[in-house]
Amino acid sequence: MIGPLVGVLFDGFAYGMLLFLLSVGLSVTLGMMNFVNLAHCAFAMLGGYVSVTLVQQAGLPFFATLPVAFLAAALVSVALEQTLFRRLYRANELDQVLLTIGIVFMSVAAAAYIFGTIHQAVTVPAYLRGSISFMGVSFAVYRLFLVGVALAITIILILALEYTRFGAQVRAAVDNQRMARGLGINVEGVFALTFALGSGLAGLGGALAIEIIGLDPSFAFTFLIYVLIVVAVGGLGSIGGSFVAATLLGISDVAGKYYIPELGAFLIYLVMVTLLMWRPAGLFGKR
Amino acid sequence: MAATSEITAGPLAYLRAQTRWRPIEIAFWLATLLPFFLFPNYLVLASQIAITALFALSLDLILGYAGIVSLGHAAFFGLGAYTAGIISKYGWGEPLSGLVIASSVAAIVGYAMSFIISRFRHLALIMITLGLGLLLHEAANSASWLTGGADGLQGVKIWPIFDRFKFDLYGYTAYSYSLIVLFIVFLVSRRLIHSPFGLALRGIRENPVRMPAIGAPSRAHIRKIYTISAAIAGIAGALLAQTTETVSLEVLSFGRSADVVVILILGGAGRLYGGLIGAIIYMVARDQFSGINPQYWYFWIGMLLVAVVMLLPNGILGGLAKLVSSVRSRAS
Repeated sequence: MIGPLVGVLFDGFAYGMLLFLLSVGLSVTLGMMNFVNLAHCAFAMLGGYVSVTLVQQAGLPFFATLPVAFLAAALVSVALEQTLFRRLYRANELDQVLLTIGIVFMSVAAAAYIFGTIHQAVTVPAYLRGSISFMGVSFAVYRLFLVGVALAITIILILALEYTRFGAQVRAAVDNQRMARGLGINVEGVFALTFALGSGLAGLGGALAIEIIGLDPSFAFTFLIYVLIVVAVGGLGSIGGSFVAATLLGISDVAGKYYIPELGAFLIYLVMVTLLMWRPAGLFGKR
Repeated sequence: MAATSEITAGPLAYLRAQTRWRPIEIAFWLATLLPFFLFPNYLVLASQIAITALFALSLDLILGYAGIVSLGHAAFFGLGAYTAGIISKYGWGEPLSGLVIASSVAAIVGYAMSFIISRFRHLALIMITLGLGLLLHEAANSASWLTGGADGLQGVKIWPIFDRFKFDLYGYTAYSYSLIVLFIVFLVSRRLIHSPFGLALRGIRENPVRMPAIGAPSRAHIRKIYTISAAIAGIAGALLAQTTETVSLEVLSFGRSADVVVILILGGAGRLYGGLIGAIIYMVARDQFSGINPQYWYFWIGMLLVAVVMLLPNGILGGLAKLVSSVRSRAS
């Protein structure tokens, strides 16, 4: 009785951490900069494809590809930010939605053109495969690793935004752009860096996610909805909120599919709509 | 602005001037008859375009005029399609009453949902419309005893219209039927938009906080127009179900919701003809391009979207209107 329950809870938690890794970047860009970036998962997909290509073509170890995935997504996002996104920071959210969804369409078609529509996979190092048994319940090592990475990123991000000079500049630029500018903060530069950080994290999440969920060109769409749910439910700009929301979502999704499979994804959407009706700004949202 | 001189003549005169039929409008509606003579092989496509245009028109009423962004409008399209399909499957295939029933079901659900919708704005609104749309999609997927689930609804049989006009393979009846319904709904929407109620909607779009201050109940207006829009989307869905005699889960999908937003923005939101022009361009382009390489069709749609947002913020019609007015001002 307890065994399967713990197993489901662990799998759900690990899945939640995966969603968290994918969405934490969006929590930074959408939450902090109020830019509705539906192309977030396109950056995650880019990171995933960079990692897959490097492992398969160049024969690099999986771990060595992770920083490259981060950098590639960050660089591409800055290029897009400088040319397109920054002009829409002050536009209404419909324009932002349309622009970024246009980029999602292009990225999906481009990925299908370059890599084909087949399902891609990576080989992770041997010590991350298999599972360990603890008190009669087996835990997959890779999932444990995901949980570790997610926890580390949460702590680093919260510390970086709360206690560093850059974090203070970001918060100042978000709260009051004109005042921040008056204090000599380079707001455009801070926003570009923040955007790069958020998209880079997406690229990293995309690379880490391949082992669990695979990678194909529709990735940018299928996970977009989950990622948006995490950020909207968690509350804009709240990293802790995203963490809680991702955990809730992961566990309810895995548990729902395990215990009441006929409901499918129905449960998640219901939870989201009810939560948002109760708290439109999300669980930990300030506005 | 040419309109200012008319406003000084009194609000009634302004509204009257707006409702006057312009020659280009009459030319547009006459042109919709052209497919019968010029492209008799494309009448099925023409009927799909008319249905999409109707769906886009329904979205225009809430998105273009009242400023309610919805990423889940396919919910009502799908409700209409499934209602029309299911009643015909269980023995009532009369098309006109089918339209009315389907539209009423969509309107009732829309009315219920409007109480939720009218409370939110911005990102929460986008997420809630998205969530409600997905919810309905999953519900239809689960309830396969009623909807046929992922296999689609089988056994839809539609009787001839007025017992005389059978739905033929070439789409003569389908296009005539869709076009007439589109025209009637368009007339109603046109009347609605040029009424004081329509003006109040535009006021809500511009400033939802100030409208109640001058005595216009924003939320009640939003509930009203949302219900009307749901009813029209239901009619569009029912038309699709009746003319194709199939209903698949795709009618409720996120893709359909996103497509209709794209179509409307492309044509020009907040203009009565925006959705119509957008539907014509989008559907014809898709028909032509997807013959070449269907997989990459979305690349060009994406690029078009980026271009429209960056260069033509008011859509193709908005761009044209700007062009015309600048040419006129140079001439005078």
